[in-house]
Amino acid sequence: MEPSILAITILWTLLFIYAMLGSLDFGAGFWGMIYGKNDRTSASQIANRFLSPTWEVTNVFFVIFVVALVSFFPFATTMLGSLLLIPVGLGLLLLTIRTTFMVFASHADKYRDVLIITSGITGLIIPALLVSMLPITLGGFVEIVDDYPRLLYAELIAHPTLYMHIAFGLSTELFISAVFLMDYSKEAEDWSAYQTYRKHALWLGPVSIIIAVLTIETMPSEASWFVNTVKDGPLWFGLSMFFFLLGYGLLYLKGKDGRKGRARPAVVFIIIQYGIAIYAYGTAHLPYLIYPDLTIGDTFTNDTVFYKLLIVYAGGFAILVPAFILFWKLFLKDQRYLKQE
Amino acid sequence: MDVVVMARILFGSSLGFHIIYATIGVGLPIMIILAEVMYWITKDEHYALMAKRWTKGFAILLAVSIASGTIVAVLLSLLFPNFMEIVGQVISLPFQLEIFAFLIEAVFMSIYLYAADRLPQGLRVLSITLVAMGATASAILITDVHAWMNTPAGFDISENGTITNVNVWEAFFNPSFGVTAIHVTLSAYMTVAFLVASVAAIRLMKSHLSLEERSYHKKALMIALYFGAAMSLGTAINGHETAQMLHEENPRKLAAAEGLFETTRYAGLSIGGYTSAEDEEVKYALEIPNALSFLAGDRFDTEVIGLNEYPEELWPPLYVHILFNVMVGIGTLLLVFSFAALFWKHVLRREFPGWMLALLVVSGPLAVIAIEAGWCFSCIGRQPWTINDVLPTEEAATRSGSVGILLVSFLTLYVVLLFVTGFVMRYYFKRNPVEKDLAAGNS
Repeated sequence: MEPSILAITILWTLLFIYAMLGSLDFGAGFWGMIYGKNDRTSASQIANRFLSPTWEVTNVFFVIFVVALVSFFPFATTMLGSLLLIPVGLGLLLLTIRTTFMVFASHADKYRDVLIITSGITGLIIPALLVSMLPITLGGFVEIVDDYPRLLYAELIAHPTLYMHIAFGLSTELFISAVFLMDYSKEAEDWSAYQTYRKHALWLGPVSIIIAVLTIETMPSEASWFVNTVKDGPLWFGLSMFFFLLGYGLLYLKGKDGRKGRARPAVVFIIIQYGIAIYAYGTAHLPYLIYPDLTIGDTFTNDTVFYKLLIVYAGGFAILVPAFILFWKLFLKDQRYLKQE
Repeated sequence: MDVVVMARILFGSSLGFHIIYATIGVGLPIMIILAEVMYWITKDEHYALMAKRWTKGFAILLAVSIASGTIVAVLLSLLFPNFMEIVGQVISLPFQLEIFAFLIEAVFMSIYLYAADRLPQGLRVLSITLVAMGATASAILITDVHAWMNTPAGFDISENGTITNVNVWEAFFNPSFGVTAIHVTLSAYMTVAFLVASVAAIRLMKSHLSLEERSYHKKALMIALYFGAAMSLGTAINGHETAQMLHEENPRKLAAAEGLFETTRYAGLSIGGYTSAEDEEVKYALEIPNALSFLAGDRFDTEVIGLNEYPEELWPPLYVHILFNVMVGIGTLLLVFSFAALFWKHVLRREFPGWMLALLVVSGPLAVIAIEAGWCFSCIGRQPWTINDVLPTEEAATRSGSVGILLVSFLTLYVVLLFVTGFVMRYYFKRNPVEKDLAAGNS
């Protein structure tokens, strides 16, 4: 494999991990806010119980992605930095408010409500901002003046594809987090929360799929290089759809205890669904980071540095696997944590 | 305002904000380990409580530290893309390693915070030790990149900016890495020790304390003083090595720090005052003859390079002399403070009088000012370069016209967050005072 292809594959894997963890993280924040005042379901407590120990780890994956991007493709920083200064800068601002207020909320009871609402709402805007960067890479929203790239804000804001991308990002985030929290509630044997999340997963699933298909239709004419590749190779997207149907179907199937919904396999299939979809998207996007100005080949670092970085990745994750297993056992399996009052 | 200046202010203030929290994040886990170990040895419940309360404070501050660290990591690429272009080709390794150190810190911090009561004592101490190791390793690895910017190594660069002959390890172990990493680590430990001492001293100055509360705060103060004294001594010794490293590797910076214009043997050390470019001397300073030569090379006849060896456009701003003096001055003061306090306690065997507690109260904030001054000195003293003698800051920075709006919003955010963090800390510890925890422990 070409080193640059290997690099983009690793980068894309990190993106996939962050997309999943981020969906759970921001989604849980949102559900925690929505059900914060509701006494009939403990959905909010379940969401916060998941969120407290995990947000730091999720946040690190965001930083890993950014650092990997500039380390693997340093020649892309000038263009990406100038184009994304405002959206990413704004995202950082909101992320800071969200993170700090979320932690402050558990230390200042009197101000809990306002802190939770602020962090819940910013938690919805951040993913919207993040997905709004996808259409920028497809072409048509960048202008080069005097060798210097500029984002055409007016065109971007006026284009329907931006809003479809945002709708796609949000519906996906809420769907993934609802299915996951359904499973998490089941692990905690918290049935009121389980029913709440199942209810939302049932309507969010089809909605997210319909929006995803529509989003491709709204892509600008400059993105035809991408849209055509997607339409020429329906195999992977078809497979992704297959796993969606499988996972979604399992939400209706009765489990051993007679309750509707096989949460664990459903989560697994839906993660596979998004895994396949993200790789299919990434493959169709090659060789461009930003069409037509940035390709992965032109922006790649040198081989010397790249192979050293690979060793770091292999070593780093090898050391961390036992830590992640311990983490999983303590916060996603241990009944004493899951069932605390 | 010029875009480059705005980018520098934005990044500088972000870093200035982040290092307050990051320093605490590096040092506080060590203090928590010390308390855990004391608890292990003495079985005194006060130490267990200390570890618990410090951990609570740490959890609040860590949120800001992680958030601001994320800002700094991403802003670096946004504001200085041409710099990151070179970093990505030469010195991305420590950045990448740092992420893993940070990940270890994050994972075990969650474990220590939310699962401590479900872990056996050994595993609990191991968790906080891994947090401390992760935090310190992060600091050292980030400092590595900073050191490399001061003393770049491990690559060749052509006229048009093409990078060749990359040697990753030569870049990693660049000439100033060792001393600078030790400097940052020790000074962070020292700062946190004095911050803890400050808090304990504030409590001890209150008159209506119960005997038990008084005893609790005294124990906290003593841990902080011992650790603070040891770390200030270490920082002082290392500070001397840092000055010698500057003399070898970066004489222009040393010349600016000392306000020395003419290259000379038997150079004197100017303490205080400000550097005047017109008169080519440091005004209103206390001068110690021959001292600078001696500090730089351990001999009075060491030749120290002056600013006049360089064209004036390559001089760093001359006010770095003041920053340098603030850092060294406070470091020296704290060294004296902590040893005097220990002398008072153990040799004179007396209680701390009010004035001494008052001095200890200001020691924490002073230490924070010293590290801020130190970072500013190191970064401003490198100007006009981002990578010394390789990449001018003018060329490293973004050309984007929208830096201004970000500058205003981020500055507002930092001011608000400084207040809100202070407020939340006060609120939390007012609602959960030591006496409540002590009473809960006794019942």
